[in-house]
Amino acid sequence: MTSLFAVTRATLAKDVLLEWRSKDAINAMLFFSVLVVVIFSFAFDPSAEESRRIAGGLVWVAFLFAANVALNQTWMRELRNQVLDAYRVSPAPANALFLGKALGNFFFVTVVELAMTPLFIVFFNLRILGPAWQLVIVLVLGTWALVVNGTFFAAVSLRTRVRELMLPLLLFPVSIPALLGMVEATTAILTGDASPRFWLNLLLVYDVVFTTACLLLFETVLHAE
Amino acid sequence: MNYKFLVLTLFTAVLLFYGYYRAMSAPEELTMGEVQRIFYYHVPSAWTSFVCFFANFLASVVYLARRKSSPAAGQAADAVAVATAEVGVVFCTIVLVTGPLWARPVWGIWWTWDARLTTTLILWLIYVSYLFLRHYAAGGQAPTLASVVAIIGFLDVPMVYMAIRWFRTQHPQPVMAGGEGSGLDPAMWNALLWNWAAFLAFGFLLIWMRYNLARFQQLLDERHALAALKGGAR
Repeated sequence: MTSLFAVTRATLAKDVLLEWRSKDAINAMLFFSVLVVVIFSFAFDPSAEESRRIAGGLVWVAFLFAANVALNQTWMRELRNQVLDAYRVSPAPANALFLGKALGNFFFVTVVELAMTPLFIVFFNLRILGPAWQLVIVLVLGTWALVVNGTFFAAVSLRTRVRELMLPLLLFPVSIPALLGMVEATTAILTGDASPRFWLNLLLVYDVVFTTACLLLFETVLHAE
Repeated sequence: MNYKFLVLTLFTAVLLFYGYYRAMSAPEELTMGEVQRIFYYHVPSAWTSFVCFFANFLASVVYLARRKSSPAAGQAADAVAVATAEVGVVFCTIVLVTGPLWARPVWGIWWTWDARLTTTLILWLIYVSYLFLRHYAAGGQAPTLASVVAIIGFLDVPMVYMAIRWFRTQHPQPVMAGGEGSGLDPAMWNALLWNWAAFLAFGFLLIWMRYNLARFQQLLDERHALAALKGGAR
């Protein structure tokens, strides 16, 4: 167990450090997110009442596309210096690598989301009518749902011909229950109309099931030669 | 193989013709009239596609479990996986096409986002993405990666159904006049089951043909690999 924790922490620290120094992905993701928010503002020009009802969907679609940008390049760095091959032959548990990557992605995507939220509030004049603290729970559970499957499918698409395209093709269908949960929970909290309890439970179950599945199956994917 | 194949083809043809006869001679539905008969093709297609996808899930698990210990069994399982996925997608496409064709004259709308329809659509999306992965993945890894994706995809389906069910209780749809399964006349049940038998036989035939094709492809790839190994050092 110490090996798992140590390798996870080492991988996470490496990714965060590299990203902090170069800021490649974060800058691209932030700017991409701003563009998405602006385009949505043109596409949907709602009144304040409507905006609360549709903001949930808009926000999570924007986050989904931003996460896609992050996830696509998540394994690229590993390919470049045969780092992935080194991982394969090392005795480090494959789960640790996956967990480290997923946590790193979670961190970056959350940073982008936290940057985008004020933008959404400003452009759509949002006022949260329900309990706002629950939005934090939705953010954490929802982002993890996208990131855990996204990191896994990014590893799967790594050896395919149309790498960047393969990730959304695989990720989006499987993420639909989670997306529904995120959007409905956010809308329920923003409008204060209904309780988001069921959706939060769904997200929790989804996260547990797919984190387990990905952890169990990642070793197979890593050694899929 | 040829003899058995011929017998199965004849048997399937007979079943399909008989199923058609039963479908056309079944009692006419009270409110929907003749267009209801599409039900005898729509529902068996759906059930057959579910059977195919379940078989795909089992084959993927078997492949992952046996590929190291018994490569031959693994290869066979992989051939079953790809065959059942493709045939399953075909039947699922039939469901998604016949459904709206039936819904339009009967309900007045092409589509609605209720639990059953949405789950079927997402099922179709998941397995089409599976087929994309198989197509685009580099040779040797395709079976392993695809098996993993198949398992994850299959785990997703019950969650989709639950999520949409709750979504629909929150946002109820206008009530459709009776579901297809609500109180079926015994003669209709009979026609339905005969057609399902026919579709299962037809599906099995298609899977068998595709399985053989996959096995031939595997043998061919092996031959190429061996030839490359032998003639490689030039």
